[in-house]
Amino acid sequence: MSRTLVAATRRVLGSRRRGDRAAASPPAGAGDAALVADLVEAIGSDRVRADTASRYLASRDASIYREGNAGPVCYPGSTSDVVACVQVAARHGRAVSPRGAGTGLAGGAAPLGQPVVLAMTRMDKLLGVDLDNGVAWVQPGMVNLDLSRALAPHGVHYAPDPSSQAACTIGGNVANNSGGPHCLAYGVTSAHVVAVEVVLSDGSVVTLGDLTAEPAGYDLRGAFVGSEGMCGIATAVAVRLTRNPPAVRTMLLCFDDVSDAAATVSAIIAAGIVPAAIEMMDQRCVTAVEDFAQAGYPKDAAAVLLVEVDGPAGGVAIASEKVAGIARRNQAISVRTAADEDERARLWKGRKSAFGAVANVMPDYYLHDTVVPRTRLVEVLERIYEIVDRYDLIVLNVFHAGDGNLHPILAYDSRVPGTDERVHAAGREIIEMSLDMGGALTGEHGIGVEKREHMNRMFSAVDLDQQSRLRASFDPHCRMNPGKVLPSAHSCSDIGALRAADAAGVWG
Amino acid sequence: MTDFDEALTVFAAEVGPDGPVCVRGGGTRWSLGGEAAPDTREVRAPAGIVAFEPAEMTVRVRAGTPVVALHEELAAAGQRTALPERAGGTVGGALMAGESSIARLGRGPVRDALLQARYVCADGRIASAGAGTVKNVSGFDLCRLLVGSLGTLGLVGEVLVRTFPVGKSERWVRLAGTDPGAVRSCHTAASVLWDGTDVWTLLSGYEVDVDEDLGRLGACEEVDGPPELPLHRWTCTPAEATAFDVRNGTAGRFVAEIGVGVVHASEPQPSRPVEPGVAELNRRFKERFDPTGRLNPGRDPLRRP
Repeated sequence: MSRTLVAATRRVLGSRRRGDRAAASPPAGAGDAALVADLVEAIGSDRVRADTASRYLASRDASIYREGNAGPVCYPGSTSDVVACVQVAARHGRAVSPRGAGTGLAGGAAPLGQPVVLAMTRMDKLLGVDLDNGVAWVQPGMVNLDLSRALAPHGVHYAPDPSSQAACTIGGNVANNSGGPHCLAYGVTSAHVVAVEVVLSDGSVVTLGDLTAEPAGYDLRGAFVGSEGMCGIATAVAVRLTRNPPAVRTMLLCFDDVSDAAATVSAIIAAGIVPAAIEMMDQRCVTAVEDFAQAGYPKDAAAVLLVEVDGPAGGVAIASEKVAGIARRNQAISVRTAADEDERARLWKGRKSAFGAVANVMPDYYLHDTVVPRTRLVEVLERIYEIVDRYDLIVLNVFHAGDGNLHPILAYDSRVPGTDERVHAAGREIIEMSLDMGGALTGEHGIGVEKREHMNRMFSAVDLDQQSRLRASFDPHCRMNPGKVLPSAHSCSDIGALRAADAAGVWG
Repeated sequence: MTDFDEALTVFAAEVGPDGPVCVRGGGTRWSLGGEAAPDTREVRAPAGIVAFEPAEMTVRVRAGTPVVALHEELAAAGQRTALPERAGGTVGGALMAGESSIARLGRGPVRDALLQARYVCADGRIASAGAGTVKNVSGFDLCRLLVGSLGTLGLVGEVLVRTFPVGKSERWVRLAGTDPGAVRSCHTAASVLWDGTDVWTLLSGYEVDVDEDLGRLGACEEVDGPPELPLHRWTCTPAEATAFDVRNGTAGRFVAEIGVGVVHASEPQPSRPVEPGVAELNRRFKERFDPTGRLNPGRDPLRRP
C-alpha cells in the first residue's frame, strides 16, 4: 500500500465544517489543459468546469471524508456525452468518477486520484411512464422525491425512500443500493430496478436487465446495483412502480425505556407482522428533532417507535391493533395513531429531519450504518450506550429498527482536542460489536472509502477476491471510481490507477 | 467470517480444485441452459436445515434440501420462502435456476430471496457472499449474480433465505370467460393466471381482505389450485403476457402470469436476441469466475429460454 493511501485512510476522520481546513484540491495541474480541451471539444464548454471551486465542490460528499480530489468536472446531458467523456478520460489515462447529489455518507462519491468527475445532475428527466409494464424510465440525475411526485397522478410510487430523498438522485440510489424506512416491507433499491442502461469503462453502452420476467444470462442488473460507481455509469434506469396502498395507518409508540421499544420491534416481527416501516428514535434524538421540526413527539419519552402499516383496509386495522397490543404489553406509555394525512406527514417529517436536527446538538457528527439481527436489538443498543459512555461521547439513535439497520449518530465538536480520535475509536467498536453479533458493515449507505478497510473484518480473502472478480468483469482496467469498496490489498489495479495519477500531484 | 459448517467443507472437498464437475439437485430443471457436458463428474450439495429463526424471518439451509420439505418446517411458524415448490426440487436448484413461483406477484421473485450464500469457487475454496442479516450493502452483490447462474460461477452449499408470513387466508378462485382486468381491483391477488379464456387468481392475506376481494369479483368458482401448466416456460414483458392470445399461433395452449410476464406454453419459446454487449459481459463473468470452465460445463444462462 502506498504511503499516501495509508495517510488518506488514517485521515478519514476529519471535520464536517466547511472552510476550517485548507482545500484538499491543488489547482488544476498544467497536465490537465489538454484533457480539459478534449472534454470541451467532446461535450461543449458549458458542460465542463476545471476551476478550483468546481473541483473543490465535486471533491466531497456528505461524509466526513475530506481527501477527495476531483479532476475536471463534466455535466453530461445525454448518454452520448457520457460516452464521450469516458473515452476522452481513457485516452488521457484518467479514471472517471460519477456523482449524483453528493448526499452519500461513506465517501463513495469522493473522487480519488484526480479522475474526471461526471456530475449527472443535468440528466434529470423522467423519460417515460409505462403503466402496462409497471415501470418508469428515468435519467440518473432525477431526484428521488421528484420521481415520486411525478408518479403521483398515476396512483403509483417509487418505493425506496432514503431520508435524503428530497435531494438524492436515482443514479446515486442505484450506486448505493439505497434503502429508506419503507424498505422493510418493500425491499431496497435492487428490488425496484428492472433494467439499467450503463456506459462501461471502454465507452460501450449496454442495457443490463430488461422488462421481461426473467432476462437471459447472468443477473448483471443485480450485480450492477450497489456497485458504487465502480462498474460503469448508469445513464437511464427502469424503476418498478409500486401501487399506492389502499389504506395506511401511522402510529407513534412511546416508551419509558429504550429496551421496551427494542423488545416491541422484535415482538412485532415475531408475531408475523411486516409493517411498511418501523423506525426508532431515542430520547436525545427525539429532543433534537422536536426542537428542530416540531413533529409532535413527546420529549419525555426514552424512546419512540414510528410504525406504519399499509395494505387493504381490513388487514391494516387488524395489524395496527396487534401492534398497539404488543406495544402495551411491552410497557408503552402511549400509543397514538395519526388522525389524518397532516399528522402523518408531520410524524414523518420529524423522522426524516433527524440528521439535520443534529446540528443543534453538536457541530459535527459521524454516522454508522451497521445491521444486526433484529432479535438482538435490545442487547445491541445497550452495548452502543456502553461504548459511547466509555468514550465520553454523545450518541443519538435514529434507525430502521424493523430490519435491524442501526444509525447511531456520534455527535461531537472536533475543535476539542482528542475528540476525533475518540469518535473514531468508538465507531470502530460499534462496527466490531455489530459484526460480532452476526451483523453487517452497512445496510444502505455503502462502503465507499470510509468503511473500506473494515471489509476485511466482515469478509475473508476468498470472499473479497470473488467480489473483485465481479468488479473486474465489468471494468477490467479499474477505471471507474477507483479506490472504493474493496480494501487496498484486493484492488491492486485500483492502486495502480491511483498511483499513476498520484505522480501528477494527487493529495498535494 | 465464520467457521464453516462441516457439511460444507465436506462438499468443498468433494468438488475439489480441478476437473469438470456438475451439481445435481432434484433434477427438475436439469436441461435448463443446456445439457451437462459428457464425462462431467456429478456431485450433490448437502441437505438439511441449519437454523430457522422465525423472529428474524430467515432460514439457513443447505442447498440440497428439498423446497417442499423446507416449507413444511417453516409452515409450523406460519412462514414460507419465495422459492417455487417443484416435486423433488431443491433449494439450491431453485436458486440456480432463478425461476420464480407462480405467486411471484405476491411473494416476490426468487432473485430477491437470497441473503447469504456459501459456495465453492472454481478453485475449490469456500466463499461467502452477502450477510447474515435481512439488509446489507457491504460490497458487491454476489448473491444477485449467483441466482439464476445455473451453477456456472460457483457451487452453492449453504444459503440464508428470507422468509415471510403466509397469508392468514389463501384461496384460489377461477373466473370463467373473462380477461385479467377483472382482478385489477383486488389488492390481495398474489397470482393472476390467464389462459386466454379463464382467469385463476390466488387471493392471499387477512381473511377480511380476501373476503372483500371475493365480493368484488362476484361470480367465481373456488378451486383447489392453479390450472395445469403447459410444459414450456416463456419469459415476456408484463404487457406482452396480457396480450398473449394474439400470438397464440406459435405458443399453443398457454397460461400467462399476469403482472409478471412469465407464460407457460405447450410450445417452446423461440430464441430471443441478446445484445452483443450483454453477451460479451456474460462471457467475461464466466471467464473471471471460472477460468477453466469446470463448473457445470455445457450450461449457459444465456441459453435459458
